Amino acid sequence: MMRAAVLVFPGSNCDRDMAVALRKAGADVTMVWHKDTDLPDGLDVVAIPGGFSFGDYLRCGAIAGRSPICRSVIDFANRGGFVLGVCNGFQILTETGLLPGALMRNAGLKYICKSVELRVETSESAFTSGYAKNQLISIPIAHHEGNYNLSPNDLAALQDQQRIAFRYQDNPNGSVDDIAGVLSENRRVLGMMPHPERAVDLAKPSADGQPFFAGLIEQMATT
Amino acid sequence: MKARVHVMLKPGVLDPQGEAVRHALGALGYNTVEGGRQGKVIELDLNETDPEKAKSDVDAMCEKLLANTVIESYSVEIS
Repeated sequence: MMRAAVLVFPGSNCDRDMAVALRKAGADVTMVWHKDTDLPDGLDVVAIPGGFSFGDYLRCGAIAGRSPICRSVIDFANRGGFVLGVCNGFQILTETGLLPGALMRNAGLKYICKSVELRVETSESAFTSGYAKNQLISIPIAHHEGNYNLSPNDLAALQDQQRIAFRYQDNPNGSVDDIAGVLSENRRVLGMMPHPERAVDLAKPSADGQPFFAGLIEQMATT
Repeated sequence: MKARVHVMLKPGVLDPQGEAVRHALGALGYNTVEGGRQGKVIELDLNETDPEKAKSDVDAMCEKLLANTVIESYSVEIS
């Protein structure tokens, strides 16, 4: 069984949704508090959930990115561990340096909470293996700082290495190159602003997040 | 000693907040405002008497936490 940890910071508010989505797909999930210094043994995936860790003080994700548990997450990722960051989790991953770039205030200066259409740009990762390349999916966003920005050189590297995982069909926040989610060089760290964990239930407007978690579990079973 | 840290978005990085400030000033009739950039000021009280040591410490703090050097630049004044 896939073993996942969901990090919990003061101000996280999607941690339990993330745990529900992972468990629903069949994972064994442990919640891990930010002051813990060690991740559980035998872990396959660390999920960093959405929310407003530390009240977004200083910069979104800045304080969480320097928390004790994040030092272990960096080590885990550097050993080849799988790490998923959604929304505030994506912001935290850029603050730790595990993913390039930074997430700035939305170009329209508004908090945006709605479903958006995404195009899956690559199925070549554990996180996107449940989708076909170019598949269109509907996933909710809810953020004020999702405007992804990075240097032209870093952007060229993402493009050349097919590390853009998802693109917005109708860019809501000003992100460069319509980027909604990016992969690390080893394709084992994914950061994305949209919330797949909010789209796993048929009672919701979209269940397009289900293949995300199902694909991840399947990949973990084979690696 | 005291340190005052200014953190600003780097030139060329779009600053929608600064642009909104510029726009609002224009709406108030201040037509001379051609641009606006918004940053932040962080003041630190330091238990340090050597200005050079204070400056190098605060520079390191900026690199590690206070500024995100992907998009932000910083300057430090020690007094």
